[in-house]
Amino acid sequence: MKGIITVVGKDQVGIIAKVCTLLADNDVNILDISQTIVQGYFNMMMIVDVSQSDSIFEQLVEDLDNLGKQIGVIIKFQHEDIFNSMHRI
Amino acid sequence: MINRWEVQETNNMIQEDHLDVRTITMGISLQDCADENIDKFNQKIYDKITTKAENLVKTGEDIEKQFGIPIVNKRISVTPIAIAAAGCKTDSYVSVAHTLDRAAKTVGVNFIGGFSALIQKGCTIGDRILLNSIPQALAETSRVCSSVNVGSTKTGINMDAVKRMGEIVKETAILTQDIDSLGCAKFVVFCNAPEDNPFMAGAFHGVGEKDTIINVGVSGPGVVKKAIESAKGADFETLCETIKKTAFKITRVGQLVAQEASKRLNVPFGIIDLSLAPTPAIGDSIAEILEGMGLESVGAPGTTAALAMLNDQVKKGGVMASSYVGGLSGAFIPVSEDHGMIEAVQKGAITIEKLEAMTCVCSVGLDMIAIPGDTSSATISGIIADEMAIGMVNAKTTAVRVIPVIGKGVGEMVEFGGLLGYAPIMPVNTFSCEEFIQRGGRIPAPIHSFKN
Repeated sequence: MKGIITVVGKDQVGIIAKVCTLLADNDVNILDISQTIVQGYFNMMMIVDVSQSDSIFEQLVEDLDNLGKQIGVIIKFQHEDIFNSMHRI
Repeated sequence: MINRWEVQETNNMIQEDHLDVRTITMGISLQDCADENIDKFNQKIYDKITTKAENLVKTGEDIEKQFGIPIVNKRISVTPIAIAAAGCKTDSYVSVAHTLDRAAKTVGVNFIGGFSALIQKGCTIGDRILLNSIPQALAETSRVCSSVNVGSTKTGINMDAVKRMGEIVKETAILTQDIDSLGCAKFVVFCNAPEDNPFMAGAFHGVGEKDTIINVGVSGPGVVKKAIESAKGADFETLCETIKKTAFKITRVGQLVAQEASKRLNVPFGIIDLSLAPTPAIGDSIAEILEGMGLESVGAPGTTAALAMLNDQVKKGGVMASSYVGGLSGAFIPVSEDHGMIEAVQKGAITIEKLEAMTCVCSVGLDMIAIPGDTSSATISGIIADEMAIGMVNAKTTAVRVIPVIGKGVGEMVEFGGLLGYAPIMPVNTFSCEEFIQRGGRIPAPIHSFKN
C-alpha cells in the first residue's frame, strides 16, 4: 500500500531528517521525494510504501501530524488512492 | 506516478475550497421488525439499527484519516415508519421517533431519516397515525427527520395530503416556537421522492432497496466556484467544460469513499448523490458560484439559466465518475444554509417566487426558507402545492422545507445553528388560497404527450 506525505511550512534545519527518522522507525520505505523552497516556504512530497510496516495507517497519520506540530510545519499523510481516483481514469 | 501538482491540487481543494464528502448515509430496512406490539417493535428497530450501524461513525472517521478528506456527516435512513410500523396496534408513533432518536445517539450519528410516509395517492391507517405523530415527534426528538411524499408524476398530487402538510408544518412550528420553530427544519414534503437519497431531512430507505446499503453524498461548491473563477470571461463552452471536469474530480473522491466504506462495513454500495450542497461558510456557496458566472447577485435575471447550466454540467461530469448515481443529484439552493443566498435575501435580490422558478431546473426545491410565523396553514399548503406541481409536470424531484417562525416577521433573523445556518424571514404573498386548498381530493397525473 502506498501513501503520499506532504510537508508544508517555514523552512528550517532537519525537517526531512525528522520525517525520515519517523518513517524508518515504522518500517516505511520511501520511494520518491521531491522538494522545493518557495519564498522561504518548504514544500515536500514523498511517495512511500507502507506494506512492510506493522503500524496502522491511521496511527501513522496521527504520528506524522503530531511531528508536524512539534516542528511547526503541516504534515499530511494520505492513501494514494485519493489522488489516483481524482487524477487518473 | 502521481506528481506534486496533482497532490497540491487535491489538497488545496480540501484545505482552501472546503472539498468534503458531505455524508455517508447507511440505509437500513426495518421491514423485518414488524410486530403487533409497539414496545416489541421499538426494541427490534433499536437493536437492528444499533447493530447494523455500530461501526458506521468509527469507519467514517478512519476513512477520513486514511484519505485526509473530511466526511462531515454520518447518518442513517430507515424504511418509512408508516410502512415499518403499520402492523403495530397503536394510535401514535411518537414512541418510535423516540426510539430512533435514542438509536441515533447510541451509534453517534447526527441525524436519522425515515419518520416518513408515502401518500402520493392516498393514506393507509399507518400513514394517518404517522402524520398525526409528526409535530410531537419533531418537537420531542432532536435527531429524527421526517418526510412525506404527497405527489408523483405517475399518480398526480394528493391534495388532501397537501392540505394536511400545511397544518403539520404549522403545528410543528408552534410546538417548537421557543427554539425559533426549528422542528420544521427537520420536515420535508416531496413530490417524486427518491428512495436512495442520502441527504437530510428527506432521507429514507425505500422499499425497493436491499436490507442495508451505503449511500454517499458528495459536495464541493467551493471547488466549483474556484474553477469558475479561473474561467472568468470565457464563453459558455469553456465554462461548461470547467464545471464538468471539476464535478468529475469531486465525484471520484465520493466514489472512492463510498467503496471504501462499503468494503469496511461489509455493506453493499448503493449510490453516489451528485448534489452540490452548500454550507453557511463563506466560499462554500451555490449563490457564489452563480455570481461567479457573472451575476451581480443571485436572483438577478439570468439566475435560472445559470443554475440550469450548472446543474446539468455537474451531472454530466459526475455520471462518468461513478458507477451508480442516484438520490437527488443536483445543486441545492437552501436559503439559510448558503451564505450567498442569505445576503441576497438581505439586499432584496431574491424572492420566494424567484426561488420557485429556480427549483424548476435543479434539485431540490424551496429549502430552508424562513417565513413569517403568522402565515396561515392554507398558504403553506398553497406553497407546497405549487412546488409539487413543478415536480409532477417536469418529472423531477421537488420538495418544500419552509419554517414559519412563530412570533417573528419579515426581515427578522432566525438562527438555526450549525449546518442549518441562519436566515432572514422572507415575505410570502398574502393573497389567500384557502378555498383552493379546502377542495380536497387529488390532482390527476399529467399527460406526457403534447409536451409544451
